[in-house]
Amino acid sequence: MALTRESRVEAGEQSIAFRVNGRAVTVSSSPLQRLSRVLREELGLTGTKVGCDAGDCGACTVLLDGDPVCACLLATGQVEGCEVTTVEGLAGRTVKGASVGGRLQQAFLEHGAAQCGACTPGMLVAATALLEKNPAPHENDAMDAIGGVLCRCTGYRKIIAAILDVGTKDAGVNNIVPASGAAISPGAGAAVGRRLVRLDGKRKIDGAEIFGADETPVSALAVRAIRSPYHRARFHFGDLLAFVRDHPGIEAFFTAKDVPGTNCYGVIGKFADQPVFAEDEARYRGEAVAAVVGEAAVVEALEVADFPVSWEELPSLKDLDAALATGARLIHENRPGNVLVRGRVVRGDVDKALDAADIVVEGEYDTGFVEHACIEPEAGFARRVGDQIEIQACTQSPYMDRSDIATILGIAPERVRIIPTAVGGGFGTKLDLSVQPFLAVAAWHLGKPVFMVYSRTESIVSTTKRHPAHMRLRGGCTKDGKLLALDFSADFNTGAYSSWGPTVSARVPVHASGPYYVPHYRALTRAVHTNLVPAGAFRGFGVPQSAIAQEQLYDELADRVGMDRLEFRILNALEDHTPTVTGQVLGEGVGIRACLEALQPRWRAARREVAEFNLNAGGALRRGVGVAGMWYGCGNTSLPNPSTVRIGLKRDGRIALHQGAVDIGQGSNTIVTQICADALGAPIERFDLLSGDTAITPDCGKTSASRQTLVTGKAAQLAGEKLRSAILKLAGACDCASIHFDDRDFSDGGLTVRDGDKSLVLSLRDFPLDEHGYVITSEATFDPPTSPLDENGQGVPYAVFGFGAHLAEIEVDTELGTVRVLKVTAAHDVGRAINPTLIEGQIEGGVAQGLGMALMEEFFPGKGENLHDYLIPSAGDIPPVESILIEDPSPIGPFGAKGIGEQAVIPTAPAILNALHDAVGIRLRKIPATPNRVRAAILAAEKAEMKKGEARG
Amino acid sequence: MSIKASYIKPRTLDEAVATLAAGEARILSGGTDFYPALGDRVVREAVVDVSGLGELRGVSNETDYIRIGGLTTWSEIMRTPLPRCFDALKSAAREVGSVQIQNRGTMAGNLCNASPAADGVPPLLALDAEVELASQRGVRRIPLADFIVGNRKTQRKPDEILTAVLVPRGLEDAASTFVKLGARRYLVISISMVAVVLLLQDKRQVLEARVAVGSCSAVAQRLRVLEAELVGASVREGLGAVVRREHLAPLSPIDDVRATAEYRMDASLRLVQRALNSCAENG
Repeated sequence: MALTRESRVEAGEQSIAFRVNGRAVTVSSSPLQRLSRVLREELGLTGTKVGCDAGDCGACTVLLDGDPVCACLLATGQVEGCEVTTVEGLAGRTVKGASVGGRLQQAFLEHGAAQCGACTPGMLVAATALLEKNPAPHENDAMDAIGGVLCRCTGYRKIIAAILDVGTKDAGVNNIVPASGAAISPGAGAAVGRRLVRLDGKRKIDGAEIFGADETPVSALAVRAIRSPYHRARFHFGDLLAFVRDHPGIEAFFTAKDVPGTNCYGVIGKFADQPVFAEDEARYRGEAVAAVVGEAAVVEALEVADFPVSWEELPSLKDLDAALATGARLIHENRPGNVLVRGRVVRGDVDKALDAADIVVEGEYDTGFVEHACIEPEAGFARRVGDQIEIQACTQSPYMDRSDIATILGIAPERVRIIPTAVGGGFGTKLDLSVQPFLAVAAWHLGKPVFMVYSRTESIVSTTKRHPAHMRLRGGCTKDGKLLALDFSADFNTGAYSSWGPTVSARVPVHASGPYYVPHYRALTRAVHTNLVPAGAFRGFGVPQSAIAQEQLYDELADRVGMDRLEFRILNALEDHTPTVTGQVLGEGVGIRACLEALQPRWRAARREVAEFNLNAGGALRRGVGVAGMWYGCGNTSLPNPSTVRIGLKRDGRIALHQGAVDIGQGSNTIVTQICADALGAPIERFDLLSGDTAITPDCGKTSASRQTLVTGKAAQLAGEKLRSAILKLAGACDCASIHFDDRDFSDGGLTVRDGDKSLVLSLRDFPLDEHGYVITSEATFDPPTSPLDENGQGVPYAVFGFGAHLAEIEVDTELGTVRVLKVTAAHDVGRAINPTLIEGQIEGGVAQGLGMALMEEFFPGKGENLHDYLIPSAGDIPPVESILIEDPSPIGPFGAKGIGEQAVIPTAPAILNALHDAVGIRLRKIPATPNRVRAAILAAEKAEMKKGEARG
Repeated sequence: MSIKASYIKPRTLDEAVATLAAGEARILSGGTDFYPALGDRVVREAVVDVSGLGELRGVSNETDYIRIGGLTTWSEIMRTPLPRCFDALKSAAREVGSVQIQNRGTMAGNLCNASPAADGVPPLLALDAEVELASQRGVRRIPLADFIVGNRKTQRKPDEILTAVLVPRGLEDAASTFVKLGARRYLVISISMVAVVLLLQDKRQVLEARVAVGSCSAVAQRLRVLEAELVGASVREGLGAVVRREHLAPLSPIDDVRATAEYRMDASLRLVQRALNSCAENG
C-alpha cells in the first residue's frame, strides 16, 4: 500500500476529540503528548497529579472507558473517541444510576483516608473502578485495586477501610473501624478530642486542592536546571550567549555569577554553605551549575547534552570511611576532617559503670540513605512585583524560605513573599529550598513569571535524604535487668552540604538512650561531609536510626539477663521523677510506662501464638514478635522556635484564623483550629482559615520537629483565650460570662454575651475595624521553655516529649529471606488526642515508613533514581495497625497535647528487626533487611551453627 | 538539532507495515514502556501508534496453535478463558506492574521491550511459544527463545510488527505455575521468577516438564537439563527434590540494586523447587 504524505502528521498540532467527565472536548495537542499533561494544561483538570511520569506511582490514574490507566503513559492520540474520567468527574459519574465515586469520596473524608492528598485522586479513581465492577470487595480485592497507587502518608489502611466501607461486605474484619459521626459538628467548646473530618479535606478529595505544580501564571517561562552528572566535577561553560541565540524560545541562562545577593544558603544560618549554582566545582551528582529559562515547550524539548558545559570528573569521597580517612581531601576548606559538627551528651561515668556492669553487650549498625519519596515532586512559580518577589511553591517552612531567598537576592526579607501551596508530602525534605532559588533568580532578572516542576528523577537526585548512619554502642545492666550505662557513638553521612546535619548530630545524643533511665551515658556524634546528595531532615532527625541500634541492644541485654524483653523495658522506663540523660526531670507527662504496659496483652498473646506456629511449622516459614520503645522531644533542641497565631473577629461574626503552620497532610489546619475553637468557645464552622502566606500570616515556624500541635497549637489556644477575654471586656462582662456564636443567637452581625441573668448583644457592625481589618484582633506567641545544653549536653532540650512503643509480628520465609509484617500494635502517649482520626493517620503512616526503612528502602546515589528501583511500601505490604492512644497530659501542651508526627515512625523499624531476631535468630548489622541480606544472614548463622556443632563433635 | 517527532495511527495492519516500510519509526502500543523510557526527554522520532489495530487483539484457536494477538493486554489475558497450561501466563499477567499497567501493556510490547525482568517471558518460554512478525516483505515466525537475543535486544527488524504470539497445541491439559519474587507486594520488578509447565501421567509421574527462569540472565532461560531429568520423576517423592544447583547453569545473574547474583541463584533454586512442587500438587 502506498503511503500518502498526509497520513504521517507532524506530532505538533492536531485536533483530538474525546469525552472527559461526560463532556465532549476537542484539544489541540501533539497526539504524542502524555494525556496527563493535556488534562492538566489544556483542560485545567489539575486534580490528576503527576508523580513520576513512568507508571511507578499511579497518582495520575484516570478511567479510560471505565478502566483505570496511568494518564502519564497514554498518548493523547490514543484517547480519540474515548471516555476519560478524572477525579473531578467522580462525583458526577453514575453507573447503573449510582455514583460510587461520590460515596467513596465521602468515605475517604470520614475515614481520614486523605492526608496530603497527592495520591488521593489516583486512589479514588482506582478504587472507583473496583467498586463499579465489584460492589462487595474483600480486603485483598481492595489492595489489588490500589496496589498501583503509592501513598507516602497514610499507610494505606484508612484508604482500604474507606473502600470496604463503601462496599457492602462486612467491614468489621481486620481492624476496620467504621467512621461514625465524623461529619457532625461538635458545637461550641467541644471540638478537642473529636474525630472531626479534616477542614481542608473536601478539596483533597474533589481534585480542587492546589499543589506546587497546579497553578502557573499564563505566559510563565519554564526554568530548567543543568546538573552535575558526576559525584564531583570541575566544569567550564562554553559559549552560553551563542547557545541562547541558537535556541529560539530560550530567553536566558543563569549561573553563579547571576545570583544578585549571596550565592550561599542553608537552613541553619551559621552553617549555610550551599550555593544556588555551584562555582567551578560541583560537589555532588545532581548539583545545579546553571539554569535555562524560556518558553515551556522549548525548555522541555531541550537536550540537556546540548548545553555548553564541559565536565571534568574528579575523585570523590563516596562514603564515611573515605571522608574520615587521614589526609582525606576536604570538601569544605573550613571543616577539618570533613566533620561538619559534633554532638555530645555525657552523664555519670560510663566507663566505670560498664566495667562494673554484670552484663555488657555491644553492637554496630549501619543504615543507608532513605528517600522521602513524596508523591508530589517539588514545584512552584515566582514573579517579580515591583521591587518585591513572590514565590508560590510547596514548602514546609515559609518564613525560613523568605529569609534565605532575601539573602540570595540581596534584599530585605519584607520584600520576599512566600505563598505556600498545599504540600504533597514533606516529611522534612520540603524544609530545605529546592525550586525556590532558581525561580527567584530568574524572575528577579527577567521581570517575568517563571515556573519550575521537578521531575521524579530530579527530585531524587537533588533533594535531601535521611542520613546514613554508622553506629557503635555498648550497654550494660545489672543481673536483675536494671540499665546502668550506654556508650553510643555515631557518624552521619551528611553529604555535600550542611542542611540539617547539625540538628541530627544534636538530636541523636539526647535521644539515643531511648525512653529509659540510663544513669551513666555517653553519646558522641559527628556529621561528616561526603560527595553525595545532602542528607537533611527526615521524620525524626536521626532518631529512627539510633533507635534501630539502641532497641536491638536492649533486646540483647534482656536476653542475657533472661528477662522478658517487654518487662525489661517496663523495668527501666523513665518516670515522672527520673532524670533523662540530659538531667531533665519532666515531673509529669511521662507516658512511656503506660505505653509499654498497654502492649502487654498483645505481647503475651503474640508470644504464645508465635511459639505455637513455629513449633508446628514444617516448611520455610517462621514467625517472630518484637517490641521497641521511643521518646522524642517536640520542637527545636534547646533553641527558640516560637509560633505566633493571629485571630480576628470579623463584622459578620466569623473568625479569621491566621495559622501559619503549613499543613503537609498531618492535619495542622484542623488540629490548630480545633484547639483555637475550644479556647475561644466558638463552633468550628465559624472559622475561616488563612494560609501561611508570609504577607498575611505571622510566623508559625517550620512544620517539623513534631512541633505544630504543641507550639502553634498552644499559640492558637492563647490567642483564642485572649480573644474571648477581649470580647467579654467589650461587653463589660465578667470572665465567667459565656459568648454565643451560634447562629440562632446571632443576628445582624452580633454576638450574644450571657453574664448571669444578663444577656448582651454586641452589634459588630457598629465597631471600627483595626489595622488588620478586624473588629478585634488577638495575637499570641508561644515558645516552648527550654534551656541551653552545657558542654556535656546537660540541660532542658525540650519542654515536652512524646512517648510510644510498637509491637511488630512478622513472618519470615527462611529460604528466600523475605519478611512479611503481619500486624503492628502501636501505643503512643499523645498527651491529649486532639483529633484521634488524624493521630491514627500519623501512626499508620509512621508505621508504613518505618516498615519501609526496616525492610526495603535504601537509596544509592547514581543508581536507581526512580520509583521502581527505589521501593517504598505498596498497599499490600502494610499490615493492620492497631493504635492505642495513651493520654498522659503535658502540663505545657495545649489541652495537654504532645506531638505525634515523628514519634510514630521511630519504633517500627527496631520492633520489626527485633521480631526478625525473635523469628530466626539473626541480627542484621546493615539495614534495610532486604531478602538478600536476611537470607545471607540466615545462611551465615547456619554455617556458624554447623561449625560449633563440629567443634563440639 | 532535534528531529521533529511525527505520529501516525494506522487503522489496518497493511497500513501499519507500509508505514514502517516507508521509514524507520518507533512503535507505540500500550505506552507502558514507551513513556518511561523517555525520562524527561520529549519524543523526537517518527512514531507509529499500532494501538488501533483491532485485528491484533484477542486470543483465537487455530489448528496447530493458540494465537494471542500482539496487542492483547494483560488484563485481557486474565479475563480470557484459556487452557490450563496458560495458568502461569495468567498469574504472570497479574504481576505485570499494576492494574493500570495491565490494562494498557500488551504482549507484543512486553516481548519487544525485551527486559530481562519481563514477567511475560518465562511463562511463554515454558509454552514453547513462537512469535509472528509481519512486514511488507511477508510474515515470519521465530521461536520466542530465539527472538529475544539480549538485554533489550530482539530479532525484530525495524520494519516488522510483532503481530501474534503462537503457542503450539498439544499441552493444553498440562498444569502450569508462575512464581515471582520481589521486595514488595505490588508494582515490583522481579528479583527472580519461575514458570513451570508439567504434563503428568495419572497425576503421578512426569511425562513432560518445562521450566523457565527470568530476571537471572540477560534473557530468561529454560533449564533443559532439569527438564530432561524430571521426565519420569515421581510426584509423590516431590519434584522439588530433583532440582540441584547445577541445573541453574544456564543462569548468569548480576548484582544490582535489587539483589546480589549469589542471592538470585540461591533464591531461584528455591523458587524452582517450589514452583515444581506446587505445579505437581495442582497437576
